[in-house]
Amino acid sequence: MKPPSFVYHAPATVAEAVEALTAAGADGKVLAGGQSLIPLMNMRLAAPGRLVDINHVAGLGEITAEAGGVRVGALARHAEVEASETAFAAQPLVRRALRLVAHPAVRNRGTTVGSIVHADPAAEMPAVLALLGGSVRVRGADGERDIPAAEFFTGPMESSLRTGELALSVFFPAAEGGTAIVEVARRHGDYAMAGVAALVAPGHARVACLSVGPVPVVVDVTEAGGDWARAARLVQEQIEPEADIHATADYRRHLTGVLAARALKEAADA
Amino acid sequence: MHDVTLIVNGVPRHARVPARRLLSDFLRHDLGLTGTHVGCEHGVCGACTVLLDGQPVRACLTFAVSVAGHEVTTVEGLADGERLSPVQRAFAECHGLQCGFCTPGFLTTVTAFLRENPAPADDEAIEAVAGNLCRCTGYQNIVKSVHRAAELMAEEGP
Repeated sequence: MKPPSFVYHAPATVAEAVEALTAAGADGKVLAGGQSLIPLMNMRLAAPGRLVDINHVAGLGEITAEAGGVRVGALARHAEVEASETAFAAQPLVRRALRLVAHPAVRNRGTTVGSIVHADPAAEMPAVLALLGGSVRVRGADGERDIPAAEFFTGPMESSLRTGELALSVFFPAAEGGTAIVEVARRHGDYAMAGVAALVAPGHARVACLSVGPVPVVVDVTEAGGDWARAARLVQEQIEPEADIHATADYRRHLTGVLAARALKEAADA
Repeated sequence: MHDVTLIVNGVPRHARVPARRLLSDFLRHDLGLTGTHVGCEHGVCGACTVLLDGQPVRACLTFAVSVAGHEVTTVEGLADGERLSPVQRAFAECHGLQCGFCTPGFLTTVTAFLRENPAPADDEAIEAVAGNLCRCTGYQNIVKSVHRAAELMAEEGP
């Protein structure tokens, strides 16, 4: 399995990267860590004509505390974000979720922003961003904009990022209250069959479910009033899991209920 | 075509390759370093794991052109001349391999892991090798090898 040919761009600045992406149009794709893109290319499921490699762009790897959360740059590797005390202090869920992402060798290269932009509904970090109500900062030829998580994920591996736009960073908000993430995977490090991230704050509780819809599914369970078994049923009513080789739809629904109750309890106790 | 120079096992190595050349193929085909094995070519099996600037990465999920100028350590670079590294000796001593296909990926992964965590608990040792597939050993002797390597490194010092 070898990736198809492509024209390679290695810009040194964000401006050059945006220029190259804009010129490439729909044929262009950003290469950051490549841990999702290169497998797709090796399997010939993706064949972008032009790759814009941002690994040589300065200033994109930063992890910065900001008012009310932490901003993670497009070149910050999962392993760096996982190890970052700045990120942990602002939002401990980020580190806990990253430990469920693949294996260390993949986390050493893969980037957190890349995982979010890839928008795989089975992945952890899109669910975390959706749960927290974070945002993605992007830059295109017309300038910069922040896209709220609720508007960012539009379908399986689809986002509202426009052709020619480069994701510069994501913002994970701090959260009042406790958070947790739990999942069940066939093998440690695999994509989960089901998983739930939860946030429980005074007078409010919600979850984000992965692997049970085209995008991370956020469900507000405040009305359950701390009865997590009831919250689990609310979640099960809101999801539309599909069957695949790993699990039937019914099993995914069952798992998601169990995991929702578990994650909510853990978040409430945190 | 791109001129790519990498520092491989301490030595600058150059080849002229297309952008799509994977680091795994760059090492094997262009540099003749066939110690790095290629299994699944989509990041699952871990056989192609090499150290990029000291950290384990999947060579099959990395374009050589993208890491030009960086340092790469392959399984060929672990030994000190004729003397095998502690991790290599531990795998030999504990029978941590059978067919040997997956072994280069385990050796590089464990070498980096023990640098970070020189005295791992059993669950940490298991977690450390969880990203590498072995279809022969059943992993028991691989985990033993991780602990034995830690012992050897502690005995021999830095």
